[in-house]
Amino acid sequence: MAKDSAFENDLASIRNIMERSTKFISLSGLSGVLAGIFALAGSVVAYFLIYYPNSPFGFRFYYVNEQLILSYLFLTAGIVLACSLAAGVVLTIRKAKRSGLNYWDKNARRLFINMSLPLVAGGIFIIVLVSRGYFGIVAPASLLFYGLALLNASNFTLTDVRYLGICEIVLGLLCAILPGYGLIFWATGFGVLHIVYGTLMHSKYDK
Amino acid sequence: MKDPFEHFDKAFENKIRLQIMSVLVVNAYYEFNTLKELLNVTDGNLASHLKALEKEEYIEVVKGFNGRKPNTKYYASKAGRAAFVKHLNTLEKLINTQKN
Repeated sequence: MAKDSAFENDLASIRNIMERSTKFISLSGLSGVLAGIFALAGSVVAYFLIYYPNSPFGFRFYYVNEQLILSYLFLTAGIVLACSLAAGVVLTIRKAKRSGLNYWDKNARRLFINMSLPLVAGGIFIIVLVSRGYFGIVAPASLLFYGLALLNASNFTLTDVRYLGICEIVLGLLCAILPGYGLIFWATGFGVLHIVYGTLMHSKYDK
Repeated sequence: MKDPFEHFDKAFENKIRLQIMSVLVVNAYYEFNTLKELLNVTDGNLASHLKALEKEEYIEVVKGFNGRKPNTKYYASKAGRAAFVKHLNTLEKLINTQKN
């Protein structure tokens, strides 16, 4: 019997070391929740900039093209992005330190590069099209590229990230089919999904 | 009765050697220092186990430099991969027979 559990211990240790040597597993679930909250707050600000006093579900018959409103929107998006990234970095480092793991090891670097490439490509793509006046591209393209980045990143971190990526891609496509509802889709994808995902991950891994 | 231990590889009797092999079969290669960090062992301990695996020709060693610092990379050899799979199969069989 003692021998039996020794073999099972061997298998468990093989499994654990294989996982730890190929994947970065210190991603914090809590940071997902925070990113979601920031995105929702940003969406509320955007709603007041674009729709108010109309309902956000109503179709817009005018375009967002006033220079001032646009710069406010970009400022809001920039703040949301900066806060989310900061929360992600700080909480992930804290989690890695707590579990005694290195937060900037080979796998963290691989995760960072593989996630950044699609994101930077998407970001440049969106900026180029916006500068030509295609404002409708922002919501679907940011959801799509973010989903693809997550799908790519999921090979180097917790596999659950894959499902979040697929959800973002589906939302991005729906958003492209239904123009005019960009803000709602954006708030769902970056706000609600992050909160749901972050809560699930927090209860699954952060204990 | 057939001896269930006949395929039990002596090289993998030690837990650290088994862990080293586990890392090398799922990664293209691993460097000495990152391996040391991952397994949480001392320089000397890791080096002696790597030597043992090298002697069995289960791993391949490529010595290099990162600037001035020595930077050695370890690869699982074909024989090493085969031996590891065989060892896993034996473990699985042993666990199954003891459960039934």
